[in-house]
Amino acid sequence: MPKARMTREQIAERAALELPDGAYVNLGWGIPNLIAAYVPKDVVVYFHSENGILGMGPRAKAGEEDYDLVDAMKVPVSLVPGAAYFSQVDAHVMTRGGHLDICILGGLQVSERGDLANWRVPGAKGAGGIGGAMDISVGAQKLIVTMEHNAKDGHRKIVKACSYPLTAIECVNTIVTDLAVIDVTAEGLVLREVASGFTPEEVQQQTEPKLWYGGKVPEMALRK
Amino acid sequence: MDLAVADIPDGATVMFGGFGGAGFPNNLIQGLARRGARNLSVISNNCGTGDGELGILFKNRQIRHVVAAFPGPGATYFQQQFDAGEVELELVPQGILCERMRAFGAGIPAFYSPVGVGTDVAKGKEERVIRGKRYILEQALGADYAFIKAQRADRMGNLVYRKAARNFNPIMATAAKITIVEVDEVVETGTLDPETIVTPSIFVHRIVVAKGIHNA
Repeated sequence: MPKARMTREQIAERAALELPDGAYVNLGWGIPNLIAAYVPKDVVVYFHSENGILGMGPRAKAGEEDYDLVDAMKVPVSLVPGAAYFSQVDAHVMTRGGHLDICILGGLQVSERGDLANWRVPGAKGAGGIGGAMDISVGAQKLIVTMEHNAKDGHRKIVKACSYPLTAIECVNTIVTDLAVIDVTAEGLVLREVASGFTPEEVQQQTEPKLWYGGKVPEMALRK
Repeated sequence: MDLAVADIPDGATVMFGGFGGAGFPNNLIQGLARRGARNLSVISNNCGTGDGELGILFKNRQIRHVVAAFPGPGATYFQQQFDAGEVELELVPQGILCERMRAFGAGIPAFYSPVGVGTDVAKGKEERVIRGKRYILEQALGADYAFIKAQRADRMGNLVYRKAARNFNPIMATAAKITIVEVDEVVETGTLDPETIVTPSIFVHRIVVAKGIHNA
């Protein structure tokens, strides 16, 4: 029986530890959308929603939904004190202009040099959609990608060069998966942590480009 | 309502505000569906949700060409027509979609942007290195008409919006020859606080009062 990898919730929990106190943050679809629930208690961050909210709070309570106050996924949300509304242009002045401290997006492929493909699977039906992902990827001060290390059919998602349509080139700083935490550096991919029960060699087998690590690689911590 | 859209001809280019179900001029859209103008070129973040938002215009096959950032999995009629090759799509990053409109409204014909460099979005666009970084040239984007939604107008057309329903609306107001706004209410000129007006009246040409339709 294969060893248990981390769950999507655990990937989100680990990624939440990357958020510094006071950061302005945008979370994308998929696993990133789970992260808000795991922000450590001693950390305060402000969530940006690209439809025009800074200071977005949790999902609105039942009975308190206001469909003029939704996130970019149409989910009715709340605000935290100090929140602001603005137009779409200002929402992307914040993304593209480099004003957001950390953005966390889902990924289909990440390359060795930090290229990201996350908006379209080749051959999929329908038109696909870029949304705000390209603006966010280009402008983020730090871009983290959270995803499963392998696709459902087992193929590797961390690759030498992306074969899927790109979202942005040389934009990813850190990858958090169900097997590892990996930093993208000028020298290549550096294996920072491995999931409990896995060896660096096992993570390397599931990763196309070479991973750099020396000595003992720490386990992925879910708490500080 | 029908009077406000009565002159929109076949082949017109129309922008539609709205994002995430909020801030769509749904009454104007339904008016345009009744008017039946065809061969439309539309600019919108997404392409409808079932029959809602722009969905009815796709269902009626009134749209030939779309510029959008996220057509959306719920855009049933659009997706069917796209897969069948019956509608053209120009897919644009969301921040570039609105910045192209802002540029048009501001009299800027084109601008260099880092978004989409090295991706499919850059195909056919001029690329230039400025201070050591790669950029592509994006063209301004305008329209014959903008259909927008605001919460409140005064009789001159000064507008205030409600919460995240603002989104694309104030930008589109600046980028069309004729801007038609759908509002929940019209108040006397002079009663809106000038400090809170988001869209000044110079950008607004027609006002229609209608009860908001939400497509939750």
